[in-house]
Amino acid sequence: MTGLEHSLVELIRRTSAEIPDDVQAAILASLEREKKGTIAESAMKIIERNIQLAKQKSQPICQDTGSIIFYLDCPVGFDQIAFEEAAKNAVRVATKKGFLRQNSVDSLTGVNDGTNVGTGSPTIHFHQYRGPETNVRLILKGGGCENVGAQYSLPSEKLKANRDLNGCRKVILDAVLQAQGKGCGPGILGVCIGGDRATGYEFSKQQFLRRLEDRNAVPELDKLEEDVLNTANELGIGPMGFGGKTTLLGVKICTANRLPASFFVSVSYMCWAYRRQGVKLNSNNEIDGWLY
Amino acid sequence: MVKLKTPCDEALIRSLKVGDPVEISGTLFTGRDAVHKYLHEGGKLPSGVNLRNGILYHCGPVVMKDESGNWKVTAAGPTTSIREEPYQGQIIKDFGLRGVIGKGGMGDRTLAACKEFGCVYLHAVGGAAQVLAECIKSVRNVYLMENFGAPEAIWEFEVEGFPCVVTMDANGNSLHKEVFAASQQALAARL
Repeated sequence: MTGLEHSLVELIRRTSAEIPDDVQAAILASLEREKKGTIAESAMKIIERNIQLAKQKSQPICQDTGSIIFYLDCPVGFDQIAFEEAAKNAVRVATKKGFLRQNSVDSLTGVNDGTNVGTGSPTIHFHQYRGPETNVRLILKGGGCENVGAQYSLPSEKLKANRDLNGCRKVILDAVLQAQGKGCGPGILGVCIGGDRATGYEFSKQQFLRRLEDRNAVPELDKLEEDVLNTANELGIGPMGFGGKTTLLGVKICTANRLPASFFVSVSYMCWAYRRQGVKLNSNNEIDGWLY
Repeated sequence: MVKLKTPCDEALIRSLKVGDPVEISGTLFTGRDAVHKYLHEGGKLPSGVNLRNGILYHCGPVVMKDESGNWKVTAAGPTTSIREEPYQGQIIKDFGLRGVIGKGGMGDRTLAACKEFGCVYLHAVGGAAQVLAECIKSVRNVYLMENFGAPEAIWEFEVEGFPCVVTMDANGNSLHKEVFAASQQALAARL
């Protein structure tokens, strides 16, 4: 293995086995909030113990090790082709080591070749910038939460949602209602208002790179994030949909320009098993620090 | 906490209520999308797989072979059950299941089959792959591996103290329906 492959395997291992600190803090706070002796509290206790066990054993937090999505900030002149090759090899190695489940299926033939490498897997988003360092972020997003994502086209007569922030609020909360516990709540929402159907979902997922405790720089969106979070937690859906006080751990919203004819609101849902990590690489492609 | 042992006793299963925590000991067979479709289309259970009075687990585990060639489960949480809704009722009926473990709950046809044939839906904590893998004491066998691949195969696990909550009982009650209705009403008041 090359130095870069070593670093990427370690990034995959840690992402799969360890919950980032910001999410763990939110989970502990929600465990405190749940009423003692309820099935919601006992679910949160199991979740908390699971987080500890996975870290201690260096094994996947969840057996669905998810879609493998890399986000890179790279300097001008960075060799993207070499990175792509290294990332594919790292995924093959991490799968053999059991950090990733054999999780990628040919959509036409149904064949799972056991490598996790194929068209669209892993997915890599490159972003060039005028700086010296390479930052590699990784999200592993399971299928259960991916399946409860939703895209709304406004206006929605059914939900009485117009093309304004209140309309956005209505459809985002509808997504929470429809998801119930099926996305392995308490979950985190990433939302994009605007864009086209593809960029809307893409931007909504990029919101998961934000730390949970950060605040939105746009006052209207910051207010909407708080409002959706608080309202969702008053609905009584609770951990796993068992009923209870914590339905969401966080809400992150961005906007993208849209066509006058289109108004999409794209909602991605991330489960409590929030696998997101990142590394800064030095000039030898060694890990020079963790980003979360 | 109710202790459930396989093979399950029908009267005990019928006495369980929505919200009851249970711990399962005995044998679990896994089965998910490919297995349900296969059985629904008339596929035969491999010899050695006996679901009568048994419990089916919607799970696609991570399983590794150790140095001596033995299977070891390294992650084994539940998968979303609703995808099996088109098939589950018939499988409960045809194979005599007493319990189905998964996450997210199932729909009306499964609920009706639970009532008619004496079965319950048991909700495990989604994502809790390590806590649940610890309850798996051994892998007895694996079936249909060549056909479906590791996550979709039928795995036979011996488990001890496997924690679940009854969220659909054999009396027609579903916690999922109750929580959905209550949360829908709570949301309507906040729009």
